[in-house]
Amino acid sequence: MSLSGAEAQETELSQPEEARGGLLRDAFRRLRRSPQAIVGATLVLLFVFVAIFAPVLAPYSPTAQDLSQVRPGNFPGPSAEHLLGLDQLGRDELSRIIFGARYSLIIGVVSVTIGATVGMALGLLAGAFGGWVDSLVMRGADIMLAVPSLLLAIGIAALLGRSITSVMIAIGVVNIPVFARLLRGAMLSQRESDYALASRSLGVTKGRVVLKHVFPNSLAPVIVQATLALATAITEAAGLAFLGLGSPDPSIPEWGRMLAETNAYLASEPLLALWPGLAIVISVLGFYLLGEALREALDPKLRR
Amino acid sequence: MLRFAARRVLLLVPILIGLSILVFLFVRALPGGPETALLGENATPERVAQVRELYGLDRPVYEQYLSYVQSVLSLDFGTSITTRQPVVEEIARRFPGTVELTVTAMLIAVAVGIPLGFVAARRYGSWVDNLSTAGSLLGIAIPVFALGYLLKYVFALKLGWFPTQGREDSLMFRNEHPTGFYVLDGIVTGNPEAAVDALRHLILPALALATIPLAFITRITRASVLEVAGEDYVRTAEAKGMTRPVITRRHILRNAMLPIVTVVGLQTGLLLSGAVLTETVFAFDGIGRFLAQAVFARDFPVIQAGILFLAVIFVLVNLLVDLSYGLLDPRVRTR
Repeated sequence: MSLSGAEAQETELSQPEEARGGLLRDAFRRLRRSPQAIVGATLVLLFVFVAIFAPVLAPYSPTAQDLSQVRPGNFPGPSAEHLLGLDQLGRDELSRIIFGARYSLIIGVVSVTIGATVGMALGLLAGAFGGWVDSLVMRGADIMLAVPSLLLAIGIAALLGRSITSVMIAIGVVNIPVFARLLRGAMLSQRESDYALASRSLGVTKGRVVLKHVFPNSLAPVIVQATLALATAITEAAGLAFLGLGSPDPSIPEWGRMLAETNAYLASEPLLALWPGLAIVISVLGFYLLGEALREALDPKLRR
Repeated sequence: MLRFAARRVLLLVPILIGLSILVFLFVRALPGGPETALLGENATPERVAQVRELYGLDRPVYEQYLSYVQSVLSLDFGTSITTRQPVVEEIARRFPGTVELTVTAMLIAVAVGIPLGFVAARRYGSWVDNLSTAGSLLGIAIPVFALGYLLKYVFALKLGWFPTQGREDSLMFRNEHPTGFYVLDGIVTGNPEAAVDALRHLILPALALATIPLAFITRITRASVLEVAGEDYVRTAEAKGMTRPVITRRHILRNAMLPIVTVVGLQTGLLLSGAVLTETVFAFDGIGRFLAQAVFARDFPVIQAGILFLAVIFVLVNLLVDLSYGLLDPRVRTR
């Protein structure tokens, strides 16, 4: 066999690699052209930027109180010193919103990481082994999905006690069956695909086919779900904090709790309810738009 | 159809058994164990020992589980730590309120969402389409409790069109409630004023609760109608000169209905958990608010029973959805 012949064979063999890179490149090109993706990514970047640089961006400490200006039933509204006004305890609302982004981002990322890692491990087991392992994992997922997600999260968070950690665990656990089921379903359809069958017929071991081909090719829906799950996690974390299940420390600026605390002052200070509400909407909308755009970009049916 | 239904009902059994195990284990996972759940966290050691014997907590776990199932089947969920009343009575008293709220919300979502999604699909790319897409995005992104506050501020506190909280006006304390469904009670007892008052109390929380299902129903209707309208049989129907309304009714709507019905079923779960938040915002006395208060007070018998109860409702609603597939699409029955 001549050298050029071997080279030719090598290029041929590496083609699936190129096709994979092609899918990602293709997806990225589609993302750049999608207005939905651009708006979503901008909102997400803004949110992450604010969360990371909160100490630099916030004009005041989120816990510093200026009680001299606050009188019962009348808190100073937006002014030049305090752009969003002061809250019921005389703290700068803008600084609290900015620091609140940190808690939302951390809770979202950690809980989705918990859900995705454990869920994918279980989904991988179910999809790779099939049989009773598959049945066990899937019936477990069915049972967990029979409880509406926020309700399950409320139950788990109540069990673990009031803390940010229990909120992260609760939302993480709720996400486990979603990721397990998703990865397993994608793997099942990939397992019967032509290239997987071809590798098997060439004598590649089952484990290698699963790890090298089936698993990486099943990841697209997982990436989409993770982005969408971040949106849900932020809403659910806010909901749990709203119900009093977040951190018991009143100095921590959680958006959901900030909203709950304004209930008593809603008639006189509606803006204090508006800011945390808007912050939640903007961050959730960012992840949601990005997730939907990713779904469209990665959907092989839509590829041309 | 009967065989399809019977098989689907049988599939419920493992789910319900699994749910009961999950909820059974729930209080046992509590630091301090189920004694804490039954007595609260400040119980004396004597009371704890008493309860352990009374509830057989010293027996093997499977025996405990069987007796738990037995008590659940006889509707015995224990006693609430905060109200000292049987949990089942507390839930039964509040359940009609939650049903009224979720059904009203779902009616709003379906009545607005399906026509809106349909029009958006038929006028693809028009301002109606763009508006409905933007609106449903916002509906998905806005948390129900934030929207609840917004509605409460604008329509209750500023405009005064609706009451700010509760299920009925405090001046109406003489009202009779034979069914517990306040709107229905007003009609049954010949008290139209009470019915209108109860309805006015329902509108804002139901609107807040309806946004998420409304957004999803609009989106799925639009997508589903767009897909079906591009099918060959629709073109054939057009080619053979069928009128637009007949095509819409017989071919497009009927075939587009399946995914819509699925979403309606799934969204019921969100409504049930959303009710916890909405009822809290509007101090609406239903199961959701009761559960939220129980969570705050760490009243575990109530949390345990409330979660089991709402999960079973969710499972049953999805059973109804699956059964309705059989009616909507004959092909499903043979599978």
